[in-house]
Amino acid sequence: MLTNFMAWMDKRLPLTDAWNKHLAQYPAPKNFNFWYFFGSLAMLVLVNQILTGVWLTMSYEPSGDGAFASVEYIMRDVDYGWLLRYMHSTGASAFFIVVYLHMMRGLMYGSYQKPRELLWIFGMLIFLVLMAEAFMGYLLPWGNMSYWGAQVIISLFGAIPVIGDDLTLWIRGDYVISGATLNRFFALHVIAMPLVLVILVFLHILALHEVGSNNPEGTDVKKPKGSVPLEEQSKFAFHKQYTDKYDIVDAIPFHPYYSVKDIMGVAGFLILFCWVMFFAPEGGGYFMEAPNFEPANGLKTPEHIAPVWYFGPFYTILRVIPDKLLGAIGMFSAIIVLFLVPWFDRGVVKSVKFRSKLHLFNLIQFSVCFIVLGVLGTLPATPTANLIGTIATFGYFGFFVALWFYSKNEKCKPVPERVSH
Amino acid sequence: MKNLIKALAFGLATIVSVSALAASGGVKLDHANNDLTDKESLKNGFKTYINYCLGCHQLQYQRYNRTFKDLGIEEADGVANYMYTGEKTGDHITNTMPSKEAAAWFGTAPPDLTLEARLRSPDWIYTYLRSFYMDSNRPFGVNNTVFKDVGMPHVLQDLQGVSSLDEHGKVTPAMGGSLTAEEYDVVVRDLTNFLEYVGEPSKLERESMGYNVLIFLFIFFIISYFLKKEYWKDVH
Repeated sequence: MLTNFMAWMDKRLPLTDAWNKHLAQYPAPKNFNFWYFFGSLAMLVLVNQILTGVWLTMSYEPSGDGAFASVEYIMRDVDYGWLLRYMHSTGASAFFIVVYLHMMRGLMYGSYQKPRELLWIFGMLIFLVLMAEAFMGYLLPWGNMSYWGAQVIISLFGAIPVIGDDLTLWIRGDYVISGATLNRFFALHVIAMPLVLVILVFLHILALHEVGSNNPEGTDVKKPKGSVPLEEQSKFAFHKQYTDKYDIVDAIPFHPYYSVKDIMGVAGFLILFCWVMFFAPEGGGYFMEAPNFEPANGLKTPEHIAPVWYFGPFYTILRVIPDKLLGAIGMFSAIIVLFLVPWFDRGVVKSVKFRSKLHLFNLIQFSVCFIVLGVLGTLPATPTANLIGTIATFGYFGFFVALWFYSKNEKCKPVPERVSH
Repeated sequence: MKNLIKALAFGLATIVSVSALAASGGVKLDHANNDLTDKESLKNGFKTYINYCLGCHQLQYQRYNRTFKDLGIEEADGVANYMYTGEKTGDHITNTMPSKEAAAWFGTAPPDLTLEARLRSPDWIYTYLRSFYMDSNRPFGVNNTVFKDVGMPHVLQDLQGVSSLDEHGKVTPAMGGSLTAEEYDVVVRDLTNFLEYVGEPSKLERESMGYNVLIFLFIFFIISYFLKKEYWKDVH
């Protein structure tokens, strides 16, 4: 019965073929380590955000008068509304944690290098849209930090010469942040951005499966056809799209091997996630900021306006540059340079394991600077903080500049032909 | 490099401690040590709120019947002892103070307090209500060390009595109230407890569900670990 049904379907839609091509017969390197959990976890969080978002939308009221009260209505009167809301708010922060770790993985193992440049670009576009999505979502509870955070960020566009003022007016739909801004942000947050996000994730995975997954050693598991004796090839069956062109070594089918491994990753992640969500949903004031427990008030500025933690690094770069326009340019450049990593890196060795000490040091200093910038972004601006922030900003951009210089003639260790364990 | 890291760490530590102090307006807050599972304390706090606070401060997102249910108050008992102005039990806990006039009377309209414990923290509320002192420069004759130049009179003055500020800027023990200092602290603790409850009525349910979910996830993790191990026997 089921076989007949599948046969009927397969004649009309390549279901079994797609399943095999992308899961059951997709050759994944067998040596994925801890860092390879975060891709599937990002997908899990995306699904969580979409599902909880749909249910939140059922009770949320997108209007300046009703938004704040409707969130409290969800927290008090909707059955398990508090759970949905915390899943969504904790999920937002979790999304950035897993995405930042996922990006770090890419940097460490050179997963952006040829032929994976486009894959990296799609990933960066996902990151960019995710930031827009999170920024707009943060306005929706219509708390006072929602309001003033949006006020500060949108006013950045006002620094652009000539069109700045008109542009901010166009974004807000009003002369100040108002119900009009809230309504358009709601529309973008629940329809436009998620749609783009899902399409980009689809393209990201499609591009990944076209070029194949990298691995912690940066070796290629797809060798030219006919170059590997049969007994040294992977003993598993792979889809003919891969085996027609290549001899596959050191790889295993994604399903069931990595699906069961990722389930274990999901369980571990959920322990941490639920621990925060059930026992500290405010995340120590970082996931939900205290001033957001009073309604938006255009006449009452919070003592210290801080963006949510995940924007911290970019916000600090903006703040340490004294000129508003240059600051905004600095902030956006910090994201643009990430897009360009595949071209800053002129090396051919992918994994940090086989690259120079200098590269290892550069990666470490980059991560330290990124974390320092993030911490500073949530703190008030003091002269000391500005000094440290300036140093960290140099470290952040320095990573890319240094990479461009040393990667051309970098002294690397020989990369093994095959995965070494 | 090591020195640089040390310097960075020191700088960060300084910033963190400075900002922590700034968050409380520079005043050290006392610990409320309130207990959300103590229903008697919550009922007392609710009663104090109705009698002393509700006239000015609404709880506009919280309903009477939800509060009765969570605090273990029978509905008839609740209507008789906690509702004075003929509302329905499904109504939100509101008052009839016109906010425009209120703003003229107090300098600013008394804020809704449903989320006050989440906005400021229970410790803040507990300390604030015990930090009023006499100040003849203020319209109501009182000021507060936690919230400088607050627009609110000391509503619990009959209970606590009157304090003043000594030369070190410390609040002296209150004199002339109907309660002893210890009794007053209990009243304020109960009130703080109630406000923490109102801030997030589902908090206890959230935590108890959390334990069950975590126990489930630990078991699930162990099973998934062995499942993975079993499957990966084929991989060398």
